[in-house]
Amino acid sequence: MSEALSRRGFLGVAGAAGLAAATGCGADEGVAAQPRQGGRLRAVYAGGGAKEVLDPHVQSLFVDIARHKAIYEKLVELGPDLKPVPRLASTWEHDGTATTWRFSLRDTSFHDGAKLVAEDVLFSLARIADPAVPERVAQSSLATLDLKRSKALGPSTVELVLTAPNAEFPALLAGIGTQIVRDGFKDPAKPVGTGAFRHVSFETGRSMVASRYDDYWDKPARIEELHILSADAEARANAVQGGQAEYANDMTATFARTAGKAVRVVAAKASTMQAFVMKVDQPPFDNPEVRLAFKLLADRQRLVDVVLAGRGEVGNDLFGKGYQYYPADLPARERDVDRAKALLAKAGLVGKEIEIFTADASAGFVEAATLFAEQVAEAGVRLKVTTGSPQTYAKDLLTKGAIGNHRSGAMPIPQYFTDRLLSHSPFNVTHWRRPAFDAGFAAARAVTSEEERSSRYGVLQKTLRDEGGILAWGLPDYLVAVSAKVQGVQAVPPNTLDQGRFDKVWLA
Amino acid sequence: MRSYAGQRALLAVVQLAVLSVLVFVLTSLLPGDAAEMRFTETLTPDQVARLRGELGLDQPAPERFVHWLGNALTGDLGTSLISGGPVIDIVRDSIGATLVLTVATLAVVVPLAVALGIVMGTRENGRIDRAITSVTLALSAIPDFVIAVVLVAVFSLRLGWLPATWVGGELLASPALLVLPVAVLLGRTVCLLSRQVRAGTINALHAEYVVQARRLGIPRRQLLLRHVLPNAAVPGVQELARTGDTLLGGVLVVEAIFAIPGFATALVDGVETRDIPTVQGLTLVLAVAALMINLTADLVCNRLVPRTAFLR
Repeated sequence: MSEALSRRGFLGVAGAAGLAAATGCGADEGVAAQPRQGGRLRAVYAGGGAKEVLDPHVQSLFVDIARHKAIYEKLVELGPDLKPVPRLASTWEHDGTATTWRFSLRDTSFHDGAKLVAEDVLFSLARIADPAVPERVAQSSLATLDLKRSKALGPSTVELVLTAPNAEFPALLAGIGTQIVRDGFKDPAKPVGTGAFRHVSFETGRSMVASRYDDYWDKPARIEELHILSADAEARANAVQGGQAEYANDMTATFARTAGKAVRVVAAKASTMQAFVMKVDQPPFDNPEVRLAFKLLADRQRLVDVVLAGRGEVGNDLFGKGYQYYPADLPARERDVDRAKALLAKAGLVGKEIEIFTADASAGFVEAATLFAEQVAEAGVRLKVTTGSPQTYAKDLLTKGAIGNHRSGAMPIPQYFTDRLLSHSPFNVTHWRRPAFDAGFAAARAVTSEEERSSRYGVLQKTLRDEGGILAWGLPDYLVAVSAKVQGVQAVPPNTLDQGRFDKVWLA
Repeated sequence: MRSYAGQRALLAVVQLAVLSVLVFVLTSLLPGDAAEMRFTETLTPDQVARLRGELGLDQPAPERFVHWLGNALTGDLGTSLISGGPVIDIVRDSIGATLVLTVATLAVVVPLAVALGIVMGTRENGRIDRAITSVTLALSAIPDFVIAVVLVAVFSLRLGWLPATWVGGELLASPALLVLPVAVLLGRTVCLLSRQVRAGTINALHAEYVVQARRLGIPRRQLLLRHVLPNAAVPGVQELARTGDTLLGGVLVVEAIFAIPGFATALVDGVETRDIPTVQGLTLVLAVAALMINLTADLVCNRLVPRTAFLR
């Protein structure tokens, strides 16, 4: 249903792109109104049916993340530029080598009155690392944590030891599924956290109800009651327009264009990424000149206008624009069909057919592939669009097709590198495997001077932009719809502290 | 009659067995398994491989099937590969909304379709018959989701009279939630059913015995109620049993559009996540329900017009 609608929207999009830009409402502008206490806020997220969990360490869906954010907290969170900011850990420092880290805990208490202590942190990290439960999502990102050598230095100081130096360790503690639970936490059905809301009830695939926690350390929430509900895109749109919800997460550009007066769209500009990924070890993309030719062939603005309905910016073949460590000084890649043609002719590809592997796995994938095929055809190369199963696309992309679609949500740039661009990265969709690059990254990550680290990451990113297999053509806005009476909603990338943060909003 | 019922019961068991094998085989043919479905941007291949072991998905399929069948025979539908809870809980949680929806729809459909069918049948090819026929046929040609989108756009988003989704709503607190979903489901079922009742009425009106009864001077009203209606109802009741398919298809669309956490939604989720025990459990319950409905329909037909039992 929603797919049918989005496709219909897609057809009408080209002409309406200008309109979309005209109606664009940016960040929350209603700060003038005086915050008001009380009320109930209903927030709708894409549901996961039976996949939804109340266990904060097993989450992977936005709806779960939102639930857990209300109830639990992490030691560290990510700011709007994806840089770590203190939460339950008020300060941290390392031993000078970024191997041993000390975190001071905030003076706060769980919903049952127990004070937060270092043992809670150690217990939580051990629970995440438990090899008997493979679905604890932070296992791989926290794999270098040496729990045997980590210890409490007092009730409110914890020392965490790593097996290898990592200056980005605080950011890892801000990743998905790193919430701090109580020492001895066993039953996820009875969630007790330190967050701004207390759990009241939970129905898998439907709703969670939570009430304000009055002793919350970071100023108690203004709303009295929070409902987090599950529904697909169409129902989310109807609910927020029909007054059955006050907040709808992850909306489409089509919705943003047609939303009525009762709804305000909050857009986090260019905060995610859409790309084509070329496998650098497979013909014809094992030839760096072919990769470059494809990068030169992409009409990025047109892709953004059509596929994203203008709700985004053009990409520069790199992840993380606007985030900490992004090399903003690199020139934007311009379209150059003639040069691309020459490169492709040299590689003997003119008149040849290449398969692009796509699936309806994410909004815009098939449309982007189809449009890109037209753009590549201008240089005499045919891209044959093959559509696979949407549910298995994430895995299939690793093995199938020499070129395919890729998207990424917000995460710190070093984490993106770790997940996707190292020889042993679990999600290395471009098969980018260069020992020198791995070593350069490991060395950079161990550098304790932020400035020096940043410049080293910059060098790696320049290599990647010029030689890598990622053709990042667009940076979609992340869209949230709120009813006109909701105030205080921040326009920040997903996975950051202030996104979907309901202790700061109020109902006017 | 008894042996007929016995035969039917045996047939039902065979059908169930075949169905459960089919569902198992077909779901096995789907690309990926429950562990792989978790392969998103959070679980690594290594974690997925370990998860597959945890879930027992590395066992050969026939082994898993025998295990599942053994449990099902003792009434245990097994454990969901996704939620880790009993499948029976998923069945129980999802069946309520669908039942309410179906019963509410039928409560409107049956009297409406019978009334329309008789009105049309007794005025065969008259102006009213043709008018109703045109409207119902036109309606039945519109896909459910189109009707749904139009109704939501008009009655919820524009006029604001009725809730647009079940999200954030409680059925007991606001029965208005039912209006639009039922209205969507009505469309096709009323059309199909009323056409059957119409055909039955016309057949009955032309039948020897009715013609004879009319010759004998039995009043029209009595003629219709006593003689025509029961005969006209037979194809109607059989159609009603078949309406199950149409209704289920419609329920799927309606549940998706109005975000109703029902049976169809659970089934689709189960398939999407390759939660085979859940898909099998839901299918089994659905199959039993379908078989019961068909059996009931046959018995009702037999009661209305006993000779039909001999005719089949």
